[in-house]
Amino acid sequence: MMYQVRDLRLSFPDLTRKPLLGAAPRTPVLKGISFDLPKGAVLGIVGGSGSGKSTLGRAMLRLLEPDSGTIAFDGTDITHQTEDQLRGMRQRFQMIFQDPMSSLNPRRRVGGIIAGPLKLYGFDGLTARVNEALDMVGLPRSFARRFPHELSGGQRQRVGIARAIALRPDFILADEIVSGLDVSSQAQVLNLLGKLVGELGLTLGFISHDLSVIRRLCDRVLVLHHGEVVEQGDTDALFAAPQAAYTRELLASIPLPDPDQPWD
Amino acid sequence: MRDARGDIRRPIGLRLWLSGGWLTLLALGALFTPWIAPKDPLMQDLFLGRMPPFWVQGAEPGYLLGTDSLGRDVLSRILYGTRLALIVALVAGTLTCVIGATLGLIAGYYRGWPDRIISRFVDIWMAFPPVLFAILLIAVLGPGLISIIIAIVVIDWTRFARVIRAEAMTQGAMDYVASAQVAGRTRFGTMLTEILPNVLPTIVALLTLEMGIAVIVEAILSFVNLSISTDSPTWGGMIAEGRTSVHQAWWVLVFPLITLFLTVLSFSQLGEGLKDRFDPVLR
Ligand SMILES: Nc1ncnc2c1ncn2[C@@H]1O[C@H](COP(=O)(O)OP(=O)(O)OP(=O)(O)O)[C@@H](O)[C@H]1O
Ligand SMILES: [Mg+2]
Repeated sequence: MMYQVRDLRLSFPDLTRKPLLGAAPRTPVLKGISFDLPKGAVLGIVGGSGSGKSTLGRAMLRLLEPDSGTIAFDGTDITHQTEDQLRGMRQRFQMIFQDPMSSLNPRRRVGGIIAGPLKLYGFDGLTARVNEALDMVGLPRSFARRFPHELSGGQRQRVGIARAIALRPDFILADEIVSGLDVSSQAQVLNLLGKLVGELGLTLGFISHDLSVIRRLCDRVLVLHHGEVVEQGDTDALFAAPQAAYTRELLASIPLPDPDQPWD
Repeated sequence: MRDARGDIRRPIGLRLWLSGGWLTLLALGALFTPWIAPKDPLMQDLFLGRMPPFWVQGAEPGYLLGTDSLGRDVLSRILYGTRLALIVALVAGTLTCVIGATLGLIAGYYRGWPDRIISRFVDIWMAFPPVLFAILLIAVLGPGLISIIIAIVVIDWTRFARVIRAEAMTQGAMDYVASAQVAGRTRFGTMLTEILPNVLPTIVALLTLEMGIAVIVEAILSFVNLSISTDSPTWGGMIAEGRTSVHQAWWVLVFPLITLFLTVLSFSQLGEGLKDRFDPVLR
């Protein structure tokens, strides 16, 4: 198993209701989430806005520390590990961010953005690795010299993918990575991601509220609602016969295009 | 895949050339003062009092910008004053910047208790009226170059701390910082490699501004006679002296004033100019 998540709970302090003295009351955001993610699988995480998708994703990458429950990554319990303990492992789980502009350091060149994480883990032959990563995401090698603002949204998102895959991770989390793009770039970026997952044997967590995309890309789906898993299962089964009322509502509210039609 | 985005050319930066040119001129003047100053700045000659600048009728050859009421050469005095002005600008500006920006960066990026301590400190600090604070400080420390520099640093570091803190906070919330954490970069490493390059343009702009402010503060303190000892010429001291005889000898007031004005203006423009020229992110 890539991930085993059990009864995961996480809350944020609500600073608007903080009393003058003492701690702020905490708002629960994840309320006991459990699921397994087998190696090589693509897990779709769906749910309405504010349902806790990003929070779950960030907890899986240990950008957030859960209150209770366990997260095991490839057999290692990472729930409460400190940043120092995680450091050696971080290379193995990577993330692609939603906003293609703010996820790339505006004052670094693309080459530096991709090479930066590689340096931390002592990879050699940085230029070759950067070039290879650019090749894999279909960007010209000359783009290594460019700054992020000299790229289009779709190109920036490819750089984000290149940065993640260059580290040769086992798991990648993609949090709404196409919601900031126009329709044609969306299709291209998703095709690319699907292709890379297959080629590199990655395990993928794919957060989206677009069910048609989830249906094409994912093997398994996790439906979140108000911080709870209302339904999970294989994609085909879930789309064919949704069990939870919320899932049916979700499916009904989104027009599904013909799944056999090619993307672009 | 080829588009024109990589090909945007920068404007030549007239601003940078003009301000940089003037400041280079000043720096050279300050470095080589003893060789290029035509006269001894302290030498008095009462027979040569209030000689006008060279293009005015009745000018004395050798005194290009005229003399003051004691017959001292205005040009030489401005040149010797340049040294002090630039030393104050560079040393006080840099120290203020390093102290204020470091604290601001830590407060804005680390948040939590470092932020609470630093911000509280800044708030209390800023409750003191700055000019009074400066005068009080110098009264305690005694006049002199070091005192002036200390006074400027002590008063103005809060400007850096506040602005850089806000900037670091904004940058710290960006996804590229989260991405550095995902990659396993340490907090401190992230601050240096991700946040600092992005607040650097602001730091440089503030630094050059601060250098201009330091020049003004030094001039103000000289003006109220709290600066360096009275024999070494300072721009502020010259302006103060020139003011008393502005109707008989305007040049004693006007030349140091113009120099001061151009210098302060150049410092503030230098920051903007550097940003236009070197910051990869166009605003
Ligand atoms: N840092 C934080 N501090 C306080 N509350 C937070 C924080 N991050 C998220 N929340 C709250 O947690 C809830 C879940 O947020 P989350 O970002 O996980 O939702 P999401 O499912 O990703 O939504 P979206 O589809 O809009 O991205 C929201 O109510 C949000 O306000
Ligand atoms: Mg989200």
